[in-house]
Amino acid sequence: MTDVLAVTDHRRGDLRDVSYEIITAGRELADETGGDLHLAVISGTVDDFADKLNRDGVDAIHTVSHGEEFNHDVYTQAITQLYDDLAPQYVLTPNSVNGLDYAPAVANQLDLPVVTDTIDLETDGETLVATREMYGGKVETTNELEGEAVVTIRSAEWPQAEGTGDASIEAFDADIDEDAIGSTVSGFEEVGGGDVDISEAELLVSIGRGIEEEENLDLIRDLADALGATLSSSRPIVDNGWLPKNRQVGQSGKVVTPDVYIAIGISGAVQHVAGMKGSDTIVAINTDPNAPIMDIADYAIVDDLFDVVPELIDEFEG
Amino acid sequence: MKILVTVKEVATVEDEFEIEGTEIADQYLGADLNEWDDYAIEEAVQLQEDGIADEVVTVTIGPEECEQTIRQALAKGADRAVRVWDDSLEGVDLLDVNAKTEILSAVIEAEDPDLVLSGVQAGDDSFAATGVSVAENLGFQWGAVVNHLEHDLEEGVASVRRELEGGVEEFTELELPAVLTIQTGINEPRYASLRGIRQAQRKELDVKALADIGVDESTIESELDLTAMYEPESESDATFWEGSADETASELGELLRDKGVAQ
Ligand SMILES: Cc1cc2nc3c(=O)[nH]c(=O)nc-3n(C[C@H](O)[C@H](O)[C@H](O)COP(=O)(O)OP(=O)(O)OC[C@H]3O[C@@H](n4cnc5c(N)ncnc54)[C@H](O)[C@@H]3O)c2cc1C
Repeated sequence: MTDVLAVTDHRRGDLRDVSYEIITAGRELADETGGDLHLAVISGTVDDFADKLNRDGVDAIHTVSHGEEFNHDVYTQAITQLYDDLAPQYVLTPNSVNGLDYAPAVANQLDLPVVTDTIDLETDGETLVATREMYGGKVETTNELEGEAVVTIRSAEWPQAEGTGDASIEAFDADIDEDAIGSTVSGFEEVGGGDVDISEAELLVSIGRGIEEEENLDLIRDLADALGATLSSSRPIVDNGWLPKNRQVGQSGKVVTPDVYIAIGISGAVQHVAGMKGSDTIVAINTDPNAPIMDIADYAIVDDLFDVVPELIDEFEG
Repeated sequence: MKILVTVKEVATVEDEFEIEGTEIADQYLGADLNEWDDYAIEEAVQLQEDGIADEVVTVTIGPEECEQTIRQALAKGADRAVRVWDDSLEGVDLLDVNAKTEILSAVIEAEDPDLVLSGVQAGDDSFAATGVSVAENLGFQWGAVVNHLEHDLEEGVASVRRELEGGVEEFTELELPAVLTIQTGINEPRYASLRGIRQAQRKELDVKALADIGVDESTIESELDLTAMYEPESESDATFWEGSADETASELGELLRDKGVAQ
């Protein structure tokens, strides 16, 4: 039997979407051999969270009331104790920034293998077949492992579970060793405010590492001016200090939903796509016809941006 | 204080490539310093320039060919390097997190640093798990996805910012010794100067086999078996505009006018 313990994610009082996705992923995995799906809800308003998470397919919800926000030591201790108690085959966690802050520790403590950022999972009860990407999404791989494992799942790969379930909800009395807590979260800050709100724009001209040099950004500024568009970018442009943080589209930047998003010299890494896939129409300009951005583009120009962009400026200025 | 930086040479792939079995065919592969590790090296070197670190040591798991990449880290200012390799690692498709944890932990234990800086992830296998796994293994504290580190490191405490999703950052205090996984954008990695490159040639690069660091071959056997590699089926239903730049640009121009978003 493949019992699964899936850990949910929340921040500042709200469950994150991946918490409902992990129910679907966990249910699928447990169903393959008729196992149970257990959810863990740790810290925050756990009873309220448990009610919301009680959706179709959940067998049991274990709440661990301890502190308001995420603390990796509390999570690690609570999950390893739940594991000892429930003896699941797999521990599933989100591949979120917080998931990556405790899943490897849980695996190491339990002496289990860890496989991260999975996009598909199958099991026959003994062997887990996990699908994940390598080389920035250029290839997909399948990976097999025997026995128990800790597995993190990529967000937005599984649909969110719906319906109302009839899970048992139980407080789990985790024995948290306060002395072993070596880190303290002292606050949060929202960054990336500023002059322009790219999430309001109708037309975004977005530039990525394909621009190569900071000077070349002038060309893109000219394009944005000619089109009356707002300028945004992928992460490396912001990391380089070429554009301010409020222009960054993606997982750690802003989510945008313009009518048209023109991705210029952007490969379409999963963390970038997380921020712009809701755009109405996506146009990619890229020299690589196989770049992952092509999978979500509606229109594509496979060509050098330094050839295409000047022509486009001419179109509107000429 | 002593800082250890994990440095990986990652494989890069050309736009067009072929797969042979569970590997990308050699002729389409290049090699580069892992992007995230470059920021980790810079952070360590800045701590040294600020007079906080006395020594910066790099550790790499990799064959002799990756010494060029290690020399890059030395040229940027690291003091010396340790490289671990063994015949038993040759031909392993994918070294899993546990195997890397065993090897790195052994080196870290011997070096006994106060702080370990590691990249958030490696650009090729993208596990994003090794730093935290090593920390737990050694009983160190840790912080994943760190994009700011206070350089005063008061009284054995590191104040960091962790970059969460959606433009939210978390402030965390961590007791040392600790492992931080470093996110891009935390600093501006320098280019190695000519002088740095010359000096790097003379810096110590210590090569160790598994037996030298007391790691048994059997403990690093990957539990994860890479069984297939393929190009993801293209889900693209994009309209590919063909033609010269001037033709494709006018197609795009027409679309923008049709949508009413540009005049
Ligand atoms: C925890 C975490 C959070 C992250 N958050 C974000 C985020 O919020 N946003 C984000 O964007 N990234 C984020 N990233 C980084 C992400 O993984 C990628 O590294 C990044 O999106 C790549 O940016 P890029 O597409 O501009 O560069 P690359 O991947 O280097 O792609 C450059 C593209 O330009 C093309 N190109 C090159 N030259 C030309 C030319 N002359 N003409 C046309 N095309 C050309 C290439 O074919 C390639 O497709 C995050 C990563 C991590 C680990």
